[in-house]
Amino acid sequence: MSASVSTPNPQPTPTSTPQPTPGPALWRPVFGCWVTVYKRTWLGSVFGRFLSPLLFVLSMGLGLGSLVDKSAGGVGGVPYLHFVVPGILAAQAMWVAMGESTYQVLGAIRWNMKYQAMLATPIGIDDILLGHLTYVAMQVTGATAIFVGVAALFGSFGSWWVLLALPITVLTGMAFAVPIFAFTATQEGDGGFNILFRFIITPLFLFSGTFFPIDQLPAFLRPIAWVTPLWHGVDANRSLALGSPDLVGVLGHTAYLLFVIAIGGLLARHTFTKRLVV
Amino acid sequence: MTDPDSDLLLQATGLTKTFGNFTAVDGIDFAVQRGESFGFLGPNGAGKSSTMKMVGCVSPVTGGVLRLFGQDPATHGPQIRARLGVVPQKDTLDEELTVQENLWIYGRYFGLSRSEVRSRATELLDFAQLEDRARSKVEPLSGGMKRRLTIARSLISRPEILLLDEPTAGLDPQARHALWDRLFRLKRNGVTLVLTTHYMDEAEQLCDRLVVMDHGKIVAQGSPRSLITEFSTREVLELRFDTDDHAHHGDAIAGIGERIEVLPDRLLVYAEDGDAAAAAVHLRGIQPMSSLVRRSTLEDVFLHLTGRTLVD
Amino acid sequence: MTSSASLQPAPPSPTRGLTSRIARVLPLPAGAGMARILVERNIISFRHGWVALVTGFAEPVFYLFSLGIGLGGLVKVVTTDGGQSVSYANFVAPALLAASAMNGAVFDSTFNVFFKLKFARLYDSVLATPMGPRDVAVGEISWSLMRGGLYAAAFLVVAYFAGAVHSWWALLALPAATFIGFAFSAIGMFATTFMRSWVDFDYVTLAIQPMFLFSATFFPLATYPGAVQWMVQATPLYHGVALERALMLGEVGPGLLVHVAYLAALGLLGLVGAARRIEKLLLS
Repeated sequence: MSASVSTPNPQPTPTSTPQPTPGPALWRPVFGCWVTVYKRTWLGSVFGRFLSPLLFVLSMGLGLGSLVDKSAGGVGGVPYLHFVVPGILAAQAMWVAMGESTYQVLGAIRWNMKYQAMLATPIGIDDILLGHLTYVAMQVTGATAIFVGVAALFGSFGSWWVLLALPITVLTGMAFAVPIFAFTATQEGDGGFNILFRFIITPLFLFSGTFFPIDQLPAFLRPIAWVTPLWHGVDANRSLALGSPDLVGVLGHTAYLLFVIAIGGLLARHTFTKRLVV
Repeated sequence: MTDPDSDLLLQATGLTKTFGNFTAVDGIDFAVQRGESFGFLGPNGAGKSSTMKMVGCVSPVTGGVLRLFGQDPATHGPQIRARLGVVPQKDTLDEELTVQENLWIYGRYFGLSRSEVRSRATELLDFAQLEDRARSKVEPLSGGMKRRLTIARSLISRPEILLLDEPTAGLDPQARHALWDRLFRLKRNGVTLVLTTHYMDEAEQLCDRLVVMDHGKIVAQGSPRSLITEFSTREVLELRFDTDDHAHHGDAIAGIGERIEVLPDRLLVYAEDGDAAAAAVHLRGIQPMSSLVRRSTLEDVFLHLTGRTLVD
Repeated sequence: MTSSASLQPAPPSPTRGLTSRIARVLPLPAGAGMARILVERNIISFRHGWVALVTGFAEPVFYLFSLGIGLGGLVKVVTTDGGQSVSYANFVAPALLAASAMNGAVFDSTFNVFFKLKFARLYDSVLATPMGPRDVAVGEISWSLMRGGLYAAAFLVVAYFAGAVHSWWALLALPAATFIGFAFSAIGMFATTFMRSWVDFDYVTLAIQPMFLFSATFFPLATYPGAVQWMVQATPLYHGVALERALMLGEVGPGLLVHVAYLAALGLLGLVGAARRIEKLLLS
């Protein structure tokens, strides 16, 4: 474990009484613990982080884009590349969040009992959640930054406003990570992840306006898109990346994402407590 | 060696297994008759499990001759395995299936009909005392239950030889005795048992005949009783001293009994008459923290044969 | 329990069955011609996890509707590499069929097989019986094909009602999908036998994802510049997609045999390799 783990709670000398000091800083050793694990495997994941935007920009943005631009002259007057890349940016944040919030969390609850080990120290449920979610946010931020950088090389964005899409994309990812944390704490095995992925994540990817405007959907399906965090992330990203942001709209999307994160946080706190504090 | 129905079920001559430069089994000879209960006793890494895998026809023989039912595993693997039951060291139960499904499908692997495996499974669930868990998944079962299920599973094909690799390792005393009871019944019914163990009590309980293995070689063989007679004395005097240096005391009592063995935590004095040996120790003015006279066991044979610092 | 010899099952004859006959021609390791029992085991196991079956079916259907309705609204007409002008839904449906055959087969033969090989130690117990390594390889691959065939059949029914089926040749799309599954399943299982830990599965994703995106799945081969077209044509999924597209759109010609030959060669390589590696891993 890294040095940061012991910093907030120094080794008591034999003469002093151990001081359990539960406080706001205890999420940091939790975060440090996950970072330590990551340091051992980061190389493989970083390669994928660079590859993913490359693949999507080339296949969807340029390949499929040439088809769309030829057939329909882009989407609403915008080249398909500029339309689709901000959408995929948001979708990737969702995937990364899903990847970080399922097996690792269930593993820490059920297989390697990492959370239980933490709870045997002054660290509490809130620290565990805050520390681990901060780590997930770090992952989403890294992936998003790389994506924006690589995609920009291909001229995928119309404006510098896209830099503001970065924090919104991270919020989009967290609007998935936090509720999924809550969900994972209720699971016994990995069967539920399969259903989550196939019936929630994939349909959202396909129907949240990522590839095409949701006006193309049958009218009764559109309200569903409005409820999902992904559509809000996609729409905000797109309006920023195209360079003519409707700032009120972006603010509204941000507020919605924060709302989902807050609700998810309350749920996660509940399910984690129920699962870990018996 | 040619008659498949002969009572000589298993015969190995110069049996050898090497992995690269490492020789796990180093030219061993043994034979097992029908109805016998035969054991391999030895410390971890002695080559017992490698031997068992060759006998189970899942690991090719590197050198020497191995025959089961007069057949060569290299050419008749499936035919031989059809007549064997295997209880591996670690349970390899199918965790995706229920208890009874584990028995059914394992029987099917032997080419038994569906109706046949069902009737045999019912019988075996009773044998393994698992009737009320028949529809349960495997994962929540206790270690003892899983072990009994593994044994029941190995019996579904009504094997002529049952191979057991460390059958009771890691089980609590109750579970061990329950398992021994099941194995006794099989033995009484004429099933040939071939097992490995590093538990002396298990070897004494279960084996008619055993070989002691160390570093891939057989260092002794015989019945548990004959091994004790041959390699140990009638009684053993155990001495403990309030010191870390038992070797020093070993020098002090040299000459008492037939042989002295120094273990990290105590001294063993092998003698026909343990009380007389204890008296001799006192006579030399040596004051042990505790002294205990007991009958010799297979453990003494084992410690003697598999190498401890010997004094005298 | 008695060990009466008269009750012994006859040792399974090693000469029966198609696989055994193939085995005598091919350099395959031993088996008892009992691969079907491993399939039976998987069916029993699957009864406990039927939800996975439904989810496997749902994914390609979601894709079909999303791409067909959504993108179809943007891309009205696509000119296929065979020269026809078709709607985007008709263009993409055969590709989704091929891609889902690949995905299902790869998932079954990599993640599932690795789990059984390394963690559940399922095959250790199987090989203690008369079953041999060839039975394991053939059994797992057959099972994967059966599942894949089921998904493909369901997808074809949906595609038919979505109006994406235009030729009687489409009846052959089902065996073709199974065949694509065979090729990927065999090669995937072969690859799995080299894997050391879950981390190595990143390489599987690394191979699958680019193929999914670039094998003329979502846009025609003609979109690429000339040199890149050659690279695309070297990938196995391209041949699967081209085969399915030709069958479902009725662009049938002798050229299709090239696709079949490519996939068959890949599948046989994987099958022989997988069986040999399993023998090496488990019977050493």
